[in-house]
Amino acid sequence: MIYLDNSATTKPFPEAIDSFVAVASGYFANPSSLHGLGMKAERLLAQAREQVAAMLRVKPGEIVFTSGGTEANNLAIKGVAWQYRQRGRHIITTEIEHPSVAEPCRQLEELGFEVTYLPVDRDGRVSAKQVERALRDDTILVSVMHVNNEVGTVQPIEEIGALLARYPKTLFHVDRVQGICKVPLDLQRAGVDLCTISAHKFHGLRGAGALYVREGVRLMPLLAGGGQEMRLRSGTENVAAIVAMAKALRLAMERYERDIGRLKELKDKWLEALAAVPDIAINTPRDGAAPHIINFSLKPGLKPEVFVHELEKSGVYVSTTSACSSKKKAPSKTLLAMGLGEDRAERGIRISLSFDNTQEEIAPAVAAIRQAIKTLSEVTG
Amino acid sequence: MKYDRILIRYGEMTTKGKNRNVFVRRLKQNIARKLRAFPRIQIEYMRDRMYILLNGEPHEPIIDKLKTVFGIHSFSLAMKCENDLAAIKETALAAVRQLPHNGKTFKVSARRVNKQFPYRSDELNHEIGAHILRQTDGLTVNVREPDIDVRVEVRQDGTYVTCRDIFGAGGLPVGTSGKAMLMLSGGIDSPVAGYLAMKRGLEIEAVHFFSPPYTSERAKQKVIDLVRKLTVYGGTIKLHIVPFTEVQQAIYQGVPNEYSLISTRRAMLAITDALRRRHRALAIVTGESLGQVASQTLESMYVINEVTNTPILRPLVSMDKLEIIELAKQIGTHDISILPYEDCCTIFTPRAPKTKPKKEKVFHYESQLDLAPLLEKAVNDTETLVIDEETGQGDEFAELF
Repeated sequence: MIYLDNSATTKPFPEAIDSFVAVASGYFANPSSLHGLGMKAERLLAQAREQVAAMLRVKPGEIVFTSGGTEANNLAIKGVAWQYRQRGRHIITTEIEHPSVAEPCRQLEELGFEVTYLPVDRDGRVSAKQVERALRDDTILVSVMHVNNEVGTVQPIEEIGALLARYPKTLFHVDRVQGICKVPLDLQRAGVDLCTISAHKFHGLRGAGALYVREGVRLMPLLAGGGQEMRLRSGTENVAAIVAMAKALRLAMERYERDIGRLKELKDKWLEALAAVPDIAINTPRDGAAPHIINFSLKPGLKPEVFVHELEKSGVYVSTTSACSSKKKAPSKTLLAMGLGEDRAERGIRISLSFDNTQEEIAPAVAAIRQAIKTLSEVTG
Repeated sequence: MKYDRILIRYGEMTTKGKNRNVFVRRLKQNIARKLRAFPRIQIEYMRDRMYILLNGEPHEPIIDKLKTVFGIHSFSLAMKCENDLAAIKETALAAVRQLPHNGKTFKVSARRVNKQFPYRSDELNHEIGAHILRQTDGLTVNVREPDIDVRVEVRQDGTYVTCRDIFGAGGLPVGTSGKAMLMLSGGIDSPVAGYLAMKRGLEIEAVHFFSPPYTSERAKQKVIDLVRKLTVYGGTIKLHIVPFTEVQQAIYQGVPNEYSLISTRRAMLAITDALRRRHRALAIVTGESLGQVASQTLESMYVINEVTNTPILRPLVSMDKLEIIELAKQIGTHDISILPYEDCCTIFTPRAPKTKPKKEKVFHYESQLDLAPLLEKAVNDTETLVIDEETGQGDEFAELF
């Protein structure tokens, strides 16, 4: 098997699974229970919070655990909108956000908020200048992703943060689900107020994510109830998945320190090998892209879904654009926004790597890609 | 060229005459322990300053850690080069380029410690300043209030360039002033008192009174967490947990309600003093501040203090509550302290404790009880935990993370 769909989900670290099993079986009590078992679960949660905070170089009190990236993004966007609706009702985001940012924005539009969707350039990038031009007196939130999930473009978070430092009434949310452990970002230095991460994108398990909420930022909770997570996210905590996430984050950060050079090299080798394949066009920009995502479009006439299944026969796993939207037959939002045309945007394929992929996989995978293109061309051709 | 070392300036220990070496060595030891996670660094020390040679270790996390080491007045990222004008000019330029400098102002402050060097300080200022001006864009000179002060020191062993001073924690290196016992309740005040005691160079061992089942495991855990926060500044700290239930019950039953608080505090001090003798400390530190609560009126303090003539240090005595809270937030103990678990001071609290207790009455009530054996038992049954900055959590969960 050659697994090249790591931006959809990474394979969990065995160590993270071990932690999950150990906590779920040995420390199953409710962290809010008064007795000793409850206290142990509470300690585990506190330690997980400290570890995640330390890894992100923020304070433990600034980490809110959620069920994953979608919930964290919803909490950030709707939480800010509801909390600060008296201050203003204008939100700025981009045309290429993940649906878990874009859809909450659309919901808010229906409820009377105004949303500006910034277009991107040919590389899939917005600029701080664009944000500055879109800012208004009633802008309460700017939400820009760190690394685009479809093509891997890195957004100028530091520059936007520096700009927004001059606008204290405007909060800054960054969806960092694809960027964490792949592209460095100092949240404090970049002036980020809210930041989303999700465990299963860095070899943790699904069901756990986190939202960084800078000290002093207030949010209206989406889930009201028992008051867990500093009253921001009620519901009995998923301690096992959260502990496993803390462990996975530590291990993934270690892998980053050790292997980031190797991953960059690996991506270059991939690009080199794909450049020699006829009938495909690379969509990922040459510069300023994350080290793990490569997006290309098939030539006209080839259906990307069929291509994915054809490749699967050779044990090679890839995505059509992002996994979340790949079940809908729609052109890739990001490729469209980059101005690549509807035609090319409908035939996007995404390869996404992890630190576990190797150079040895390239030759057989590229051979399989060539073969799949050939087979499909004959069928449809 | 990159910053390759950190220059450390000592705090007030530069005034310590002959003892200075002891202070400097202790500081070096404390820094080395703090930076254990960076095995490649080397620490060089001399009379008036210390250098951490980075040898490729990242400077940012090291800077964060240095901010918590007492005995450091300030420190700076530095570059070293040989005593040669061309090399000095290039090094100063590289130092400026590593900072955000566009649109900023600067000046050069050269010092020629090594008088053999052929250029005078003002000649150096001029030469280096001109070089930086020519080689950068958007940087201008302002000798009065520069954004960037490029400090160049020509010493015997080479020239050092620094651009930015970062303030250290001040104080004296922990361990240079001896050892004291800290009475740690779990509230806001006592951890701050411990922090300030360590700032004056004291090594501390914490004493906590635990009264199960009236106080819960969570209250004990809270104190462990507080001690762990203090280990950031003090290194490994011992925590003595005194089983206090029997003593408290005896006092509660034998002493009239309004005097029970005073007697309890006296018992706590007596036990702490016994532990102090065992662990060879010379003072007791408390988080008392004058006049806050019943046990902290001067009259109460007088009666409680009567138990011992060991020096009792009260670093917070002159501080306002708000100042204490501010400091607690700074050192990260505040959020732990405000967790709502009962501690031994909040249970058995009389509804109306005496604010002006009479010494004679206290003696009288206590003479009716036979507390001594209970106190001795509490001291003997005290459990001691050793809490370290990294492993403070206890190893039960280590593998899970």
